[in-house]
Amino acid sequence: MKMKNTLRTVCTVRTVAALTALVLAAPAFADEDAELVINGEIEIVTKTTAPAHLEGHLDEILSGWRFRSDETQAMEMDDFDNPGMLGAEAGFEQFETVMGSEGKSCMDCHDGVESLANVRPTYPKWNDDKEAVYTIQMQINDCLTERMGAEKQKYDSKTMLNFEAALASVSRGMPVNVAIDGPAQSTWEQGKEMYYTRFGQLDLSCANCHEQNYGNMIRADHLSQGQINGFPTYRLKNAQLNGAHGRFKGCIRDTRGETFSPGSPEFVALELYVASRGNGLSVEGPSVRN
Amino acid sequence: MKRIAISLAALTLGAVAAPLGALAEIAPGDVQFDDYGAVETSLTGSSGNADEGRKIMTEKSLGNCVSCHAAEAYADVPFHGEVGPWLDGAGSRWTEAELRGLVINPKKTFEGTVMPAFYKVDGFNRPGDAYTGKAAPADLPPILSAEQVEDVVAYLMTLKDE
Repeated sequence: MKMKNTLRTVCTVRTVAALTALVLAAPAFADEDAELVINGEIEIVTKTTAPAHLEGHLDEILSGWRFRSDETQAMEMDDFDNPGMLGAEAGFEQFETVMGSEGKSCMDCHDGVESLANVRPTYPKWNDDKEAVYTIQMQINDCLTERMGAEKQKYDSKTMLNFEAALASVSRGMPVNVAIDGPAQSTWEQGKEMYYTRFGQLDLSCANCHEQNYGNMIRADHLSQGQINGFPTYRLKNAQLNGAHGRFKGCIRDTRGETFSPGSPEFVALELYVASRGNGLSVEGPSVRN
Repeated sequence: MKRIAISLAALTLGAVAAPLGALAEIAPGDVQFDDYGAVETSLTGSSGNADEGRKIMTEKSLGNCVSCHAAEAYADVPFHGEVGPWLDGAGSRWTEAELRGLVINPKKTFEGTVMPAFYKVDGFNRPGDAYTGKAAPADLPPILSAEQVEDVVAYLMTLKDE
């Protein structure tokens, strides 16, 4: 899927000019009623009723997009303003590139990235053969090493995030729908326990900020619900795609805690649980955030 | 800075020659809370410096209280947080002992509060070495020193209702 380019160039130029004028007024607040439509055609659910398992915790779930400033929001509304789409484009190319000793590309088994549109909404997901909950990146590594004879890629590496961005991009607009019962349930429970566990010398849990205080400012940051439907996320702060595990790592570090590594069993469980808190929001990656 | 340098030097010396600390600080593990979480005795044996306390509260690298608490009293500092209550009038609402207890470990006053303890060195889950993400050293220091806690308390006591 190559991007539909030329038509939008004019309006991109106009948007950029408007953004430049607005950027100085930070921190600007999001329009609470704004709705996200990407490229004028992909409708994104950024606010909906919370899934049943959140009863007593949250009534409504909100994408992080709603917590960002108007100008950051606008960057995600058009693929030409969204720098994360460059990663997705690279992911499309990787998908067609032969890697490893078997002389195969992803295309040897899959009929294009679009044919995998049901992947992003349902991962992390139980893998019967491996008898474990698998994230997308774990699954990609299995394809690379077991089918293609290629090198394993480091968790949250640029190559991985490009793949993940490509897969997310073709699922945009589809509802997040990870399974929390059946064989995945114990991992989900583990992730849930972690979400409500305080870490570090600041003694903070995920819930302390993202359930109890979303909508509040913490210094110049507008606390969101910490939803991960928009991952991988292009952050203006570091000007690159970021994985959910990298963000988890940073959050626990910021509790003055001994953090975990991307790809660790703890973060796989946490990813499943946090993803499930967003069941019903649209897949939005690659999104744009601060 | 000078005060901090001196107190660091004093700490280092103290480790070697404890008797020098005649006006011994109360260590984090020795703080006595009353039933409501208040701490009657100054951690240093003397009063803090309110000007220094304001600095500690509003600088990110120090106490960073402004990250969660807003106040007209330091309106010159940008971006006040909204997680904790406003602090204007704190010196009228609370006694000095109560404020000291709240800064040292607010969970003794408000069980389950989001607010961290600023003078506590153990009992944490996976404590880290400041913001490195790495494991804490065996002698994890409190977030604020005894002197810094007293400085913050002194500043909070100046925040009286109009």
